[in-house]
Amino acid sequence: MSRAEVSGSAQHTGTREGAGAGAGGAGAGGVDARRTARPLWSLGLLRNEVGTTFRRWRTVVLLAVLAAVPVLIGIAVKIETGGEGGGAGGGSGGAAFVSQITNNGLFLVFTSLAVTLPVFLPLAVGVVAGDSVAGEAHTGTLRYLLVAPAGRTRLLLVKYATTLTFCLVATLVVAASALVTGALLFPVGEVTLLSGTTVPFGEGLLRALAIAAVVTLSLIGVAAIGLFVSTLTNSGIAAMATTVGLLIMVQILDTIPQLHAIQPYLFTHHWLSFADVLRDPVYWDRLQQNLGLQALYAAVFGSAAWARFTARDITV
Amino acid sequence: MTQQSAGDRVIETRGLTKRYRGGQLAVDRLDLAVPRGSVFGFLGPNGSGKTTTIRMLLGLIEPSAGGARLLGEPMPRAARRVLPRVGALIEGPALYGFLSGRDNLVRFDAADPAADPRTRARRVDQALDRVGLAAAARKKARAYSLGMKQRLGLAAALLQPRDLLVLDEPTNGLDPQGMREIRTLVRELAGDGTTVFLSSHLLDEIEQVCTHAAVMARGRLITQGTVAALSADTRGRLTVGTPDAADALRVLKEHGITDLVVTEERVTGDLPAPPAGPPDLADVNAALVRAGVRVRSFGTERASLEDVFVQLTGEGFDVAG
Ligand SMILES: Nc1ncnc2c1ncn2[C@@H]1O[C@H](COP(=O)(O)OP(=O)(O)OP(=O)(O)O)[C@@H](O)[C@H]1O
Ligand SMILES: [Mg+2]
Repeated sequence: MSRAEVSGSAQHTGTREGAGAGAGGAGAGGVDARRTARPLWSLGLLRNEVGTTFRRWRTVVLLAVLAAVPVLIGIAVKIETGGEGGGAGGGSGGAAFVSQITNNGLFLVFTSLAVTLPVFLPLAVGVVAGDSVAGEAHTGTLRYLLVAPAGRTRLLLVKYATTLTFCLVATLVVAASALVTGALLFPVGEVTLLSGTTVPFGEGLLRALAIAAVVTLSLIGVAAIGLFVSTLTNSGIAAMATTVGLLIMVQILDTIPQLHAIQPYLFTHHWLSFADVLRDPVYWDRLQQNLGLQALYAAVFGSAAWARFTARDITV
Repeated sequence: MTQQSAGDRVIETRGLTKRYRGGQLAVDRLDLAVPRGSVFGFLGPNGSGKTTTIRMLLGLIEPSAGGARLLGEPMPRAARRVLPRVGALIEGPALYGFLSGRDNLVRFDAADPAADPRTRARRVDQALDRVGLAAAARKKARAYSLGMKQRLGLAAALLQPRDLLVLDEPTNGLDPQGMREIRTLVRELAGDGTTVFLSSHLLDEIEQVCTHAAVMARGRLITQGTVAALSADTRGRLTVGTPDAADALRVLKEHGITDLVVTEERVTGDLPAPPAGPPDLADVNAALVRAGVRVRSFGTERASLEDVFVQLTGEGFDVAG
């Protein structure tokens, strides 16, 4: 504390003169009572939130695990097919692509996304989304953000936008790791699509990028569910566990044949439709169903999160 | 308490009530009036509803009934306009352990949409400097001691020049130097025209810095007013230090002083209430000396805020359920 020399008296004048600095010259400059919010300044919180999220150890570890998956798949395929040709084992979703990896490293991208989309990616998103509000409540920082004042709606939007940014980054990390691993371990070249037509490598890359976009958008539903759960509790761990638990439950429901009537409405149901991007022409039906369903989940659970968070007593 | 126009009140509550979901009535029809420019001590035993009141004032929890105005505007409706002008420390600091002290402040500042990002770095450094944390600014907050965390929490409240500071237990965990510095800081801020609303259990702390005070018990406001007026209600005692206690006792009794107590070489007693007295203390002293009483010390002890507090809220130690 810089100024120790002040008068001992705690007497005050009744009113203040305007917005000028007080006699003591407050360290932070003149008292400006009429500061007002600026739309552009509002974006500062989003920037800070994204930066803070990606600086956390937990986020870095999650991304590292995601980056390791394609490497492991690549090495496994390389070992399994070493010397002899053919012979594909492989993950459930990516079975169609695995056999092609040895011919074209680009297929490691499709395989890796197909393997990580059902489990690893939504799990990571569940962790980030579940912790987003509940984690702040748990540490008590939520009350200081709110009296800053971050604004409840603004804070919620920032949290959701940051979670979506994480969805995008996580997907790109998987894709980039797969691309590099694929290019190092296997030959790359023209891509034979699922419909049999062959396209140049450049177009194959573009389609890979399009798939990454579809995978990212496939995660906005689970991100919204995580955000909603996160507004319900003051424990980040509980919110993460609940979100991941819901995800697993929905995945199980999606495999029970007797439930086929409700399955089209489960947010995981159309996830693997992204393979349709690899057809010529692209099949839009299931892609559209998937994205429509994700938008519906985002709208419903986003609204629920908003209704809950804006009405909630912050007692921690 | 003098009558003031509503515009001069920085905090004003009317019938403010909070019943928690469990049915606990935490704050019961509170009518609080904090004049502009005051350093206002908010007192009460544990669980009397101070933090609950502060949370309602800042829009963190919704009142069950009644309302509050902060800086003349209704809360929580006007939160966006009002809160940038209010700095707060609520139930101790809360920090991001994985961020440095400095980055913690940057984050809280970024949360304020009325904070200019161009001056952010400078304001953060000044706030750190002000609470004596400049040297530890790059340390991770999880490695801070309790007092350092408290100081960082205060720094967050000082990121901007504020019209009102709401400080819930600001000296909690601070070393004696820290407490002194907080006192100095509060006086300095008050000198600059900031109203300071301060809750604390350290009553001599409050007595040293506050101009006004309010006392809560079991969710209800027992009294509020200037500290001088509160202490005046509890009359002080006259204390005479002398080896001639017996003679002193006689002389004091003659001057209408009651409830006389002799302890070793000290005689204390209550001065008579206004209609009959109190007598001019100079006369009393002269009478003692005339009577051959050798006086070592002579004076009144004003009732401390602690005396007032205990008198108002009772001696009992147990927290009300
Ligand atoms: N989240 C909550 N849910 C239910 N009851 C609560 C909650 N928070 C506080 N209370 C109750 O409300 C009453 C007032 O609590 P409050 O925290 O406002 O007291 P306080 O005056 O700040 O006490 P202290 O001096 O210990 O900080 C207490 O009886 C407490 O048990
Ligand atoms: Mg409290």
